[in-house]
Amino acid sequence: MKLPIYMDNHATTPVDPRVFEAMRPYLTNVFGNSASRNHSFGWEAEEAVEKARKQVASLIGATSKEIVFTSGATESDNLALKGVAEMYAEKGNHIITAATEHKAILDTCKRLEKHGTRVTYLPVQQNGLVDLDQLRGVITDKTVLISIMHANNEIGVLQPIREIGRIARERGVLLHTDGTQAVGKVPVNVLDDNIDLMSISAHKMYGPKGVGALYVRRRNPRVQLTAQMDGGGHERGMRSGTLNVPGIVGLGEACALAQAEMPAESKRLAFLRDKLKERLLNSLDEVYINGTLEHRLPNNLNISFAYVEGESLLMGINEIAVSSGSACTSATLEPSYVLKALGAGDDLAHSSIRFGLGRFNTEEEVDYVAGKVIEVVKKLRELSPLYEMFKEGIDLTKVQWTAH
Amino acid sequence: MAYSNKVIDHYNHPRNVGSLDKSDPNVGTGMVGAPECGDVMKLQVKVNPETGVIEDAKFKTFGCGSAIASSSLATEWLRGKTVDEALAIKNTDIVTELSLPPVKIHCSVLAEDAIKAAITDYKKKANPIPAEAARV
Repeated sequence: MKLPIYMDNHATTPVDPRVFEAMRPYLTNVFGNSASRNHSFGWEAEEAVEKARKQVASLIGATSKEIVFTSGATESDNLALKGVAEMYAEKGNHIITAATEHKAILDTCKRLEKHGTRVTYLPVQQNGLVDLDQLRGVITDKTVLISIMHANNEIGVLQPIREIGRIARERGVLLHTDGTQAVGKVPVNVLDDNIDLMSISAHKMYGPKGVGALYVRRRNPRVQLTAQMDGGGHERGMRSGTLNVPGIVGLGEACALAQAEMPAESKRLAFLRDKLKERLLNSLDEVYINGTLEHRLPNNLNISFAYVEGESLLMGINEIAVSSGSACTSATLEPSYVLKALGAGDDLAHSSIRFGLGRFNTEEEVDYVAGKVIEVVKKLRELSPLYEMFKEGIDLTKVQWTAH
Repeated sequence: MAYSNKVIDHYNHPRNVGSLDKSDPNVGTGMVGAPECGDVMKLQVKVNPETGVIEDAKFKTFGCGSAIASSSLATEWLRGKTVDEALAIKNTDIVTELSLPPVKIHCSVLAEDAIKAAITDYKKKANPIPAEAARV
């Protein structure tokens, strides 16, 4: 076993060597522009792009013409929300999303609000899931789009997308879902799940950074978008710009591998995740799992070690790459808004660690990580005045703190 | 974020971790911060009432590595100082000693607050306001 151990696969994943091999020719000899229609260099590139388009479509139950290549999920989210808001402005100006969405959705919504769009940010329940009755209640005749993520990037919970899709369909509203964390990890089918638009990222599923896709439904209903990037009219006019051929080939190969290996790999990851969880829960008291375990990515564990601050825990396990919802680890110095939205209290957000298991993690690594985390949590609790007070039976919620 | 060697040293080998008897009249206890803000420091001093010298100092901290290091360093500095000398410790001294980056300056402020809170508590115990005077 080699240190450091990478267990932050919701942030990014390494490129699978098989993906790299598929990309290699397109980074070297096969360099054509896929839009060059009159020579073999262009034809070769186009052929590779179309193969990748089929691979992406196949993974999600779509047809290749419904795949628009982009620079990644952030661009896909922007294109979906802004493109729909602009295209359907005459029909309505209301978008529904959720408080726990990725910033690529929330900040895009904030931008749209400045231009007259009305946005409803649904709260989530303590298990991290959207309440479907609440969703039904906020749809109006002005609603044009619901954007709810498939799997959450921090707590890994899977929203009831199929039911949300059904509600959207009944009310004649489009459904966009940010599929960044879900696609390639759990089965996603745009037809069964009534998805009209879906953002996809390559680097979360062992593909390269800087490439992604937006699924745009072509039938029942045919979704139209106003392009947000003007230029040569690539990607059926929805996203201009010379195609990132090697990146797209990598995304396609990553999708094909994910599709072939998902049944076995998701079982393996769930086994490792559950082993990690059991060891932590059995060896430590006052440990809380954030978000439902029932509807969750197989590779995610988000857990709060009460009375221990997240950044100090990361410092103690510095040969293990994971992330924390602690304010001290964020650029904004605010604790995770996702964990806050669960209503568990800011203190548990400060104490949270996100483990993101991946294709290249081994059982030996999981054993090492569990042991190390247990050791450091125990050490930091010896240092923690809060743990001492808890042990003395003091109710910390009743203490008069000097907030600063 | 890269930590300075001194922060790492205090984190790995925190000095003077523990608790003193809160009810001892010679012990002053300061508790500052809040769990929802991500840091709480408890700092205690034991003062020799004859000399006014701090003979012992202990801390426990819930917070990031820089918060732990700031309070650990504070206990080192407090030992052997008189109460008045202790009050002269400034957060900027801690920032300099530990090479704290700007985003961690609040950790040093918290440590200074903890020192002041502990000494205020000690002084209150040593010179309790007489019941008569308090009524005025």
